Amino acid sequence: MSWMRPLGRALIPIIGALAFSILLLLLVGANPFEALGLLVKGSVGSAASLSDTLTAWVTMVLAAAGLVVTFRAGLWNIGVEGQIIAGSIAAAFVARTVEGPVAVMIILTMLAGIVGGGLWALLAGVLRVYGKVNEIFGGLGLTFVASSLATYLIIGPWKRAGVASTGGTDPFPRDSWLPTSGTLRVSIVAVIVAALAVVAVYFMMRGTRFGLRLKAVGQNLRSAVLFGIPNKRYLLLAFIIGGALAGLAGTIRVTGFHHKLVSTPSGAHGYLGILIVLLAGFEAKWIAPIAFFFAAIAVGSSQLPLQMGVDSSLGGILRGVLVLFVLLFGGWQARRAGTRLAAGSAPPVETVILPASPGGEG
Amino acid sequence: MRKRSGVSVFLIVLLAFALLAAACGEDTGDGATTTAGGEDTATTAAAEGLKFGMILVGPSNDRGWSQAHYEAGQYLEEQLGAEMIFLDKVNVADLPDKTVDQVAQDMVNQGAQLVFLTSDDMRDGALLAAELNPDIPMIWSSGDNAWAEGEAPAPLDNLGNIMGRMEYGKMMAGCAAALTTQTGSIAYLGPLINDETRRLVNSAFLGASYCWENYRGETTPLEFTVNWIGFWFNIPGVTLDPTQVANGFLDGGADVILSGIDTTEALDVAGQAADAGEAVWAVPYDFDGACELKPEICLGVPYFNWGPAYLKVARAVIDGTFTATWEWNGPDWTDLNNKETTAVGFVKGDGLSAENSSTLDQFIAGLADESINLFVGPLNYQDGSTYLADGETATDAQIWYTKQLLDGVTGPSE
Repeated sequence: MSWMRPLGRALIPIIGALAFSILLLLLVGANPFEALGLLVKGSVGSAASLSDTLTAWVTMVLAAAGLVVTFRAGLWNIGVEGQIIAGSIAAAFVARTVEGPVAVMIILTMLAGIVGGGLWALLAGVLRVYGKVNEIFGGLGLTFVASSLATYLIIGPWKRAGVASTGGTDPFPRDSWLPTSGTLRVSIVAVIVAALAVVAVYFMMRGTRFGLRLKAVGQNLRSAVLFGIPNKRYLLLAFIIGGALAGLAGTIRVTGFHHKLVSTPSGAHGYLGILIVLLAGFEAKWIAPIAFFFAAIAVGSSQLPLQMGVDSSLGGILRGVLVLFVLLFGGWQARRAGTRLAAGSAPPVETVILPASPGGEG
Repeated sequence: MRKRSGVSVFLIVLLAFALLAAACGEDTGDGATTTAGGEDTATTAAAEGLKFGMILVGPSNDRGWSQAHYEAGQYLEEQLGAEMIFLDKVNVADLPDKTVDQVAQDMVNQGAQLVFLTSDDMRDGALLAAELNPDIPMIWSSGDNAWAEGEAPAPLDNLGNIMGRMEYGKMMAGCAAALTTQTGSIAYLGPLINDETRRLVNSAFLGASYCWENYRGETTPLEFTVNWIGFWFNIPGVTLDPTQVANGFLDGGADVILSGIDTTEALDVAGQAADAGEAVWAVPYDFDGACELKPEICLGVPYFNWGPAYLKVARAVIDGTFTATWEWNGPDWTDLNNKETTAVGFVKGDGLSAENSSTLDQFIAGLADESINLFVGPLNYQDGSTYLADGETATDAQIWYTKQLLDGVTGPSE
């Protein structure tokens, strides 16, 4: 059945990670079922925890939606992390300097994030397209720069009066916070934006001329040229769209979660986004549920130390195990796909597991 | 065909999540009731045993700042039969998907009737959590929002502050270092820069200078250097690496490192150098057991004893008499290391010679009977401006809000 493969692709590593986690929990003497129960309870068990999970979900989804576009164009946009940070910085700049009513601030900070993230990605794109610098290295380098820039701003020009701490800037004025209701921390605005982004990417990749051409570029740069697709422009556009969505995620991280600029504003949601997209088989329709799973673990795992007294690193270890299984399974799948490549209808995995060769457009 | 398969996959996943959520929902219901039944509900807990939350910025076993708070929480459990729920490593690097206020909210939702937020870094989260839960008493340790005469009062009826007068502990640390140094060069491994950390560097410097001049009779000025890593502990890629900074101190000629950070790198690095045959020492910070890692080169440790103050707060919460106050508690001068009474103490280490130990006792006695008061002018800031005029004794506010490092300290003030 045609739906089994994608379902298996998502579920097998998750089940593997789960089984391994249960073993791990037994090893540290914790009741694994209590632990899993707490994970679930801590992520979806109450309005408050569901709200916290959705807050994390929003940024993961936005990053992942952007990555679908770049991956489909055959680009390993590892720099997504830096694009989120760049979006955070741009949004923080607006939040700190502009005054206005909440609605205006929402629009302005989001625009700033889109521009910040988009431009940061465009840099990686220009390096790739014109400088023949592989986007993996360009992206990693630019992430390092963005991260250093955030730390510099926090401890330098944007520092709190009389303080030099990497802990973060002063909180933004309340008008720049994404609005919430009651004691719940999630902003409905953020959820709507994330949902719209997924739907937009889904239809763009599926039904539009642009999406189809982008996929053509991703599948095979050379033949795309033969078909008259201006691939440079398409690659750069893919970077800009991916970066803009990542930048939007950055905006929401600072205006809807931290309420200030911190030294690590992205919370590694960009890297998680990459895993989500890998698990999703590069298809937008899968992003939302898979991201929800990652968000639930990220948020729910803090309940393990809180309620069971297990070491607080365990949550991080569980996340790490999941990542490891995704990669292992991805690699295994790529090998299998490699042996079947002759069949023609190539699954997208191998176009991405092996990054497009640098300068391949020439 | 293809299209239908896509839709069906989506539906299946949705269904799976719906089932999972439903299953979990039931779980939660059951879990919540059993937990509540087994661990006392919030309403009756005051009578039977307080449930309180403890939020730590670093690991609960850091042999420093966070462990001192954690052990104070255990002290409350012993003394009151209270139940602690704690979460450690609550900072943006270690816990990227929860904010401080969310963690506090989790604890309140779990039945905590009192929450301790134990880092200067938690100001924003503490204010927000207290604002959103006006009926739950909270303590933001080392903070100043409840100090009406402070520079940044943010009064909330349910958010108080507790801090120890660590100036005295740091003066003792500085004195022990000055008595021991052979090179005449002392280094201070600083965390981030704020009022608190400037205050403590200045205190260590004043103690060191006093003992250098008065007990050793030195006439050449003591070298006193501070370098800051940027946060309370090492965050790779964000802060400077405290191990490297400490090594840099030794390379620069310092032979005693005073720690101002939450963790033990100063003692670790000095210990390695000592193992390699160098004559170096360290003075850790925060936690009474900090010397144990390398006792032979440890001159002693100034530490916080949060237990008594936290116990007082917990009792007030049980009695319903809690009020949000700012408390700055001093050492018990009659019995410096009495865990029932003192807020700040100093445990000597094996690295301190017998002779220096008795000199330090003399210094401590002077602090205790106030014959030695080091926050008396004339004292100048680094830029030459006056901190305290000749004969002027510093007020609490002048000590708490120190604007610069003192003249004689090498290193940035902000």
